[in-house]
Amino acid sequence: MTIVLALVGAGLIGASGFLALSARSGGPKLADRVAVTALTAGASLAALAAVVALSNGDDEFAFSAGFPGGAVGLGLDALSAVFLLPVAVLTAACGVYSLAYFPGIEHPREAPRLRISFGLASAGLIVVLLARHSLVFLAGWEVMAIAAFFAVTAEERDREVRAAGFLYLVSTRASALCLLALFSLLWAATGSLSLTPLPVGIIAPRSQSALFLLALVGFGLKAGLVPLHVWLPPAHAAAPTHVSALLSGVLIKSGIYGIARVVSLLPDARLWWGESLLAIGVLSAVLGVAYALAQHDVKRLLAYHSVENIGIIAIGLGVALMCRSVGRLDTAALALAGALLHVVNHALFKGLLFLGAGAVTQRTRTRSLDALGGIAAAMPATAILFLVGAVAIVGLPPLNGFVSEFLIYSGLLRVVASADGAIWLLAALAAPALALVGGLALACFAKVVGAIFLGASRHRSQPASHDAPAAMLAPMGALALLCVAIGVVPFALAPALAAACAVVLGAPAEPLDAPFAAVSAVALTALALCAGVALALRARLGRAPLEAAATWDCGYVEPNARMQYSASSFAEPLVRVLSFALLPEVHSPRLMPIFPGPAAFHSDVVDAALDRILMPLVRAFAEVAGRLRVLQQGSVHSYLLYVWLALIALLAVTGAIG
Amino acid sequence: MTLVDIAAGLAIPLLFPPLMLGVITRTKARIAGRRGPPLLQPYYDLARLLRKGVVRSRTTSWVFLAGPVVGMVTAVLAASIVPIGARGSLISFSGDLVAFAYLLGLGRFFTIAAALDTGSAFEGMGASREAAFSCLAEPAAFFALLVLVKLSGTYSLGSMLGPDLAEQWARGAPSLGLATVSLFIVLLAENSRIPFDDPTTHLELTMIHEVMVLDHSGPPFALILYGAAVKLFAYGLLLVRVATPFHVDGVALGIGVSLGELLLLSIVVGVVESVMARLQLLRVPSLLVGASLLGAFGVMLLVG
Repeated sequence: MTIVLALVGAGLIGASGFLALSARSGGPKLADRVAVTALTAGASLAALAAVVALSNGDDEFAFSAGFPGGAVGLGLDALSAVFLLPVAVLTAACGVYSLAYFPGIEHPREAPRLRISFGLASAGLIVVLLARHSLVFLAGWEVMAIAAFFAVTAEERDREVRAAGFLYLVSTRASALCLLALFSLLWAATGSLSLTPLPVGIIAPRSQSALFLLALVGFGLKAGLVPLHVWLPPAHAAAPTHVSALLSGVLIKSGIYGIARVVSLLPDARLWWGESLLAIGVLSAVLGVAYALAQHDVKRLLAYHSVENIGIIAIGLGVALMCRSVGRLDTAALALAGALLHVVNHALFKGLLFLGAGAVTQRTRTRSLDALGGIAAAMPATAILFLVGAVAIVGLPPLNGFVSEFLIYSGLLRVVASADGAIWLLAALAAPALALVGGLALACFAKVVGAIFLGASRHRSQPASHDAPAAMLAPMGALALLCVAIGVVPFALAPALAAACAVVLGAPAEPLDAPFAAVSAVALTALALCAGVALALRARLGRAPLEAAATWDCGYVEPNARMQYSASSFAEPLVRVLSFALLPEVHSPRLMPIFPGPAAFHSDVVDAALDRILMPLVRAFAEVAGRLRVLQQGSVHSYLLYVWLALIALLAVTGAIG
Repeated sequence: MTLVDIAAGLAIPLLFPPLMLGVITRTKARIAGRRGPPLLQPYYDLARLLRKGVVRSRTTSWVFLAGPVVGMVTAVLAASIVPIGARGSLISFSGDLVAFAYLLGLGRFFTIAAALDTGSAFEGMGASREAAFSCLAEPAAFFALLVLVKLSGTYSLGSMLGPDLAEQWARGAPSLGLATVSLFIVLLAENSRIPFDDPTTHLELTMIHEVMVLDHSGPPFALILYGAAVKLFAYGLLLVRVATPFHVDGVALGIGVSLGELLLLSIVVGVVESVMARLQLLRVPSLLVGASLLGAFGVMLLVG
């Protein structure tokens, strides 16, 4: 029943772009509205399906139609539902937002194609979440991946966009290759392609480890775990903002879902699986936020924060896996619940932040942090909503980010408190790393909020004249409300999280042993006290003489807006501390003579993984591959010969092994 | 928890903290050969500021006033999480140390935002340094607390710092010693004391915390000063409990001993400020990383 609901929802979402195409004759406005109506209707159905599934239990559906590898299965269990909810919410929010951000009337060429690819990407993702058969999974995965490519390259006339799209395409192909290997190996080992938990003993531990590694690389590429994240920042910067929001909010989570699902299938988790996931998570979180801090472009910055947050989620997953393999299921459930809640939370606040950044970009025509400033005066509603998103992503109370990070910390701390052996030391190293990440994220978002919204305008951008339109503010407001709601009443989600944890851990659902009530009390007390003190202060200031003056200039005559601390200078102390990892390229002038002439300072941080490791490798490979070009003459006959020779060689190899 | 506990738990974090600032100032004055202001001067200052009017920069928005409010509220909430002596605190739950750190983080976020809201180069400078240094202090605090988590086998401050602390010192004295040193460095850094920051310096270019609040005046400035005192109190409480794990019978006596230790700590801070110079700003990160490493060694020593 719930599956049918979710499938109809996915169908509506997938068809939204085509429906708009058929409504083309009524003008671009009508087409926009048709698409958004279909998107929101489909998303509502999908959300309803997820909610019903979470309250009423799993739903499964299978039919065998002579498919290889067993019956074609679909399923909607708690794990799928927890991932499905944010997909539905963000699809609807981004759809509504696109009405004002990417209207067909302004983009007659791109909009129809973007509507189709946007809907298909979201629909493909829903199919991935419902699939219980490898082929169905791969089909959904490919639809999602290819549609996302067209969505990212919507504004393909820009060279930068095409380059980003190409990079995305390459990595999504690499990811698909890994998944193909993963599912083939699964088939070879079990004789079945269905994605249901394997009984103990049916598959050798070594094969399980191979499956895990393939999943880690294949899904890690999609999720953007360091060092596989290289496609993520350029793609997010190049895509239209509502696509970036969908991409960062939910699409990359399909990688996390994949890892969680594959792990739930394998009965004998080895300790090193969790340990390596934890290590990769820490690396991703720290490097992600460090790179984010050094960015000048707001969308690239937000993209690097996705790497950071995926890292935080991986830390939770890793701790859960470690605990599962040593049989500490209650602790595993805590960390896992934190990771899954962070998946939901990140979709909400990152969606909110991308949409907010898009609203600013649309008004000011620049993404450069150093060119903005003082936008809050012209766009007060956008500023408040963005601030909510910023507080949430930093993981501060009283918002949702704190709840999920708190759960992950609880898992780590409980491991330190009560576990023996090597795993407590790993947890004891991961917890301070997470604290460092929190501090760096705080610095980064203080920088973003300060540079865009606060202070005085730096007059290097088109001045924002008025706030974002309602079609943009409404979805942002809804996302912000959800952030507050989860932060204030986190226990509402506890049963759903416990059920989802049970799926991954392969154990009956137990209530989570976490002080949700206390977290909620802290959040509410903080909100109430702030409101109380603010009201008291307001009453007091109402009576006091209030004098407006210029900002204190420390005795300097005539300070101006360009003397403000810029985003780059704000981040400079931390970038310098982290320079051993970031390797910033600094072009600083030497001011030698007594009366030096005009000089410019410039610093940039390039992605080491891409520009210093991957690109040289690719160039070397391309050079070698270029020598093989003699083989490629464009004659079909010789290609057939190559295929035949390759076949013979493979047969010889398998014959030699077998 | 008795009524006395609740009353003490509410009143002490609200009323006691400014006295610590008074003791620090007096200590510094005595060492410098001056008589110094009265011990209660911080209270007088607060009362005076609350009566004053406000000058506001034209550049600022509501965020400018939200900074002092959030900073003060979060400091008070964080302080009420730390137990006074071996007795439980007002708010206690598993993982409350995370809430402690993140509440103070929330206050810091809004203080920084308020500083950036003025559009002043100097306040931006202070904000940037505050963000950088406190984010390096965070892991140091966590390593120190993890030593306590491992030794006590619990992760709520109430039981980590409970009556068994003396016995934990017997088991893990080297680790706890390192954690204490690390916590003291964190206390100095987070509360903008020498050698990290000089609260009495007169050159805006070298300030951290003081320069962030240059534009605040009147009641909002009172909130900032008060919040800073409460934050010092919260970190101080944590430190003195770890450093002096004795178990004292009796509610009133226990609280009295803790408060006495806090005054002693204020004198120590005053002495440190009198005998040391402020570090060069470029050197500050190394000291903070050093504090983290001390804590990390403390954790490593517990292996096995």
